[in-house]
Amino acid sequence: MRLFASLGISLMVLGLAGCQQNVKTSDDFKIDPGAEVQTHVLDNGMKILVKEDHRSPVVVSQVWYKVGGSYEYGGITGVSHALEHMMFKGTKNLKPGEFSDIIAENGGSENAFTSKDYTAYFQRIASDRLELCLKHEADRMRNLVFDEAEFKKEIEVIKEERRTRTDDKPTSLTYEHFNAAAYLNSSYSQPIIGWMEDLNTMTLDDLSQWYQTWYAPNNATLVVSGDVKPENVFRLAEKYFGPLKPSVIPDAKSRIEVKQHGQRRITVKAPAKVPYLLMGFKVPVLKTVEEDWEVYALDVLAGVLDGGDSSRLTSELVRKQEIASSAGAGYDIYSRQNSLFLLDGMPSKKISMEKLEQALINEIEKIKLTPPNEDELNRVKAQVMASAVYERDSSFYQAMQLGTLETVGLGWQVKKDYLEKIKSVTAEQVQAVAKKYLRDDQMTVAVLDPLPIEGHRVKPATGGSRRGH
Amino acid sequence: MAINKLLKTTALFLMLSLQNVIAAPEIQHWVTENGARVYFVPAMDLPMVDVRLVFDAGSARDNGKHGVASLTNGLLAEGAAGFTAQQLAEKFEAVGANFSNSSLRDMSILSVRSLRDDQYFYSALENLKNILTKPDFPASAFKRELNRMKISLKASKQSPSSIADEAFYKALYGDHPYAQPSGGTDESLALIKLADVKQHYEKYFVAKNAVISVVGQLTKQEAEKIVNDLVADLPAGQRAEPLPEVKPLTESKTIRINFPSRQSHVLVGQIGTQRGDADYFALYLANHPFGGSGFASRLVDEVREKRGLVYSVYSYFSPMRKHGPFQLGLQTRNDQVDQALDIVTKELQKYVESGPTEKELEASVKNITGGFPLRVDSNSKLVEYLSMIGFYDLSLDHLNTFVGKIKAIDRDKIKDALKRRVHPDKMVTIIVGEQKTDG
Repeated sequence: MRLFASLGISLMVLGLAGCQQNVKTSDDFKIDPGAEVQTHVLDNGMKILVKEDHRSPVVVSQVWYKVGGSYEYGGITGVSHALEHMMFKGTKNLKPGEFSDIIAENGGSENAFTSKDYTAYFQRIASDRLELCLKHEADRMRNLVFDEAEFKKEIEVIKEERRTRTDDKPTSLTYEHFNAAAYLNSSYSQPIIGWMEDLNTMTLDDLSQWYQTWYAPNNATLVVSGDVKPENVFRLAEKYFGPLKPSVIPDAKSRIEVKQHGQRRITVKAPAKVPYLLMGFKVPVLKTVEEDWEVYALDVLAGVLDGGDSSRLTSELVRKQEIASSAGAGYDIYSRQNSLFLLDGMPSKKISMEKLEQALINEIEKIKLTPPNEDELNRVKAQVMASAVYERDSSFYQAMQLGTLETVGLGWQVKKDYLEKIKSVTAEQVQAVAKKYLRDDQMTVAVLDPLPIEGHRVKPATGGSRRGH
Repeated sequence: MAINKLLKTTALFLMLSLQNVIAAPEIQHWVTENGARVYFVPAMDLPMVDVRLVFDAGSARDNGKHGVASLTNGLLAEGAAGFTAQQLAEKFEAVGANFSNSSLRDMSILSVRSLRDDQYFYSALENLKNILTKPDFPASAFKRELNRMKISLKASKQSPSSIADEAFYKALYGDHPYAQPSGGTDESLALIKLADVKQHYEKYFVAKNAVISVVGQLTKQEAEKIVNDLVADLPAGQRAEPLPEVKPLTESKTIRINFPSRQSHVLVGQIGTQRGDADYFALYLANHPFGGSGFASRLVDEVREKRGLVYSVYSYFSPMRKHGPFQLGLQTRNDQVDQALDIVTKELQKYVESGPTEKELEASVKNITGGFPLRVDSNSKLVEYLSMIGFYDLSLDHLNTFVGKIKAIDRDKIKDALKRRVHPDKMVTIIVGEQKTDG
């Protein structure tokens, strides 16, 4: 994001030119009155998803691209995110910042976010202004201007973003190095914002090539949620995105993570006050798993461990044993590639990191020995069921879900099945996936080892002067 | 939230709607027998209810025992009506209800979001009632939560932004209760006793000191019934006494704090506005084109877009019960801090002298008025607005008159308010980062 988190789902959160032709009439669009989401595909391959919500006269518009940190390779990490910044720097038709100004003057707000598996641009605006969003999103999909002077300033902005988010935040720094240790060949080892060294050597040409490769209608999905009629959205999409030519999109290299042969362990020493522990186990995700009940069972397991204040980590480690001042678990079922089942914690006073780690492991071992009880399971399921209602209070969140599912290649329909799949998970299945995946030789551990803050000095030359030509 | 359905289709409204005025929902307000103020908006579209309780019991009410308000708030759900923390959490989670609690300088907040279905909703309400009216404050929980606060406080000392925040409030507020962090200090946490918590609860968690906001799938009769029942056992008590007035700064002050970070975190500010302030709308609008509108603002343009010095730079007025801060903030590489600080200081000076241009003002008015529907487009946003309106005694038509009040402000009013209220020669400046060493 230009202003917010670009770290993907961090553990702390888990535990976050138009043309005037080819206008079709509404008769051409297939609308299924009973469907939750209306869909349409343009001739150039661009997908459109519309979710109606008529509670307020507002709309959320999001354009999603199938590209993100995990599409990158060594030496250009952070290029997806850097390109996201440049997407606000003008087109053949608009000056730098002009799109933002137009949205602001129309009462809207806008931004973008980059994740491992996607890059997305959004506006929130009065529903009668949707056309403006689509017109200018279509423009910058194909007509972006790459200006060297703008790039030189913006790459410095991105380095400042990196310093704020990662370099000066010991827990984020630990998370970054943890990922790099947990994965050998998977691109999930790379930080979304990019290594500082790669930002120092990044060129305008890197960005322009990235744009040419990935930004095309057949690699994008438009998601609109709010007070709109689907046929109107489809008509506007035809008008503005319809004339754009598709590209040949390369297959992203799969880079399936090699098998892990034994436990990995790192220490991150940084000026800090409180130690921090991160543990991760290699697990499949819905996209990669052979039997999909396994990933839903892993999701329920995360809920049993950390689904609210009654769940095991808070109950046992924070309240009963007073070993942790905080503890969490997290798992993202919708990643594009195999990922990690994460646990984290901060120790209570006078508790060693060894003891904290052992306490977290004990909670996993308990589930391996005895399946969770019915009450626990029912609480997790009740919360999932309720969330399905609560999320309807946020058009933005619903659009996020649809865009994510479509962009990682699962298809938005997966959302419809989620509740039923979770409901059908049994206690024995939760036990089974704990046994199968949460194993010592599949584990990576990172420990933040605080260095004293007083008297510590930062190394000079923290970037900014070494950019290549 | 059924804004559309709530609008009355009177001739007057039809006329207004043709002028593209979007109304906010009508707020229903009453006071319970024991004196709790209630604010309610029905929202019939989704089968859910949000209930938010706010007490004038934030850290401004710590009475010298910094952290006691926050600790009290946190302990309410750690044992109540004989149930353990575990049992209370299970009762909410078994029906899919989300309970959360937090404590700020002004407000101590408890909130529950529940499904509307009777079998879930009434169970969640009963649990909330126990937490609110029958907390047990177990000694073991007191000790544990106090220890956790000490660790949070310790962790805040590894964050340059938290260090800057704390120093800023301290320098700005002196001996005013707003000076102290809600999370307490090393000294204060060492002294807090369980009796302090109980005393805080008994004095401030009373009906007359409560504002209860409800948004959800309920009729007014249903809302009245559930709120009456929820607070029936609270003693009437008294509203919290008025807070002391905030003294404005008399001179500029710069505080540099050495910290081994790559960036320096900078905060510049002074006393700003309070809720109900006569200059509130003028100053809110004044700040918008200066540092309150992201990429449309002067600060972002000068410091980020033109020079690439920062990722984030902003300014805002944060109105509170008494005067909250007017604050500018940025983070930049240590060696650029003087340059960035120089730019924002000069920009502020210039802005106070000449105000926004006509064009800037017009763009801001368009953004604020055109974007109004986005402020109230969900139950969660509405219930927060209700709390704010109730807690700060704003008028019930605050949302409906908001757009009109913004439109009524011109450049002269802004310039006048800026000259009277913003004093670039009397600012606190905090810089946390690696300081230059001589030679």
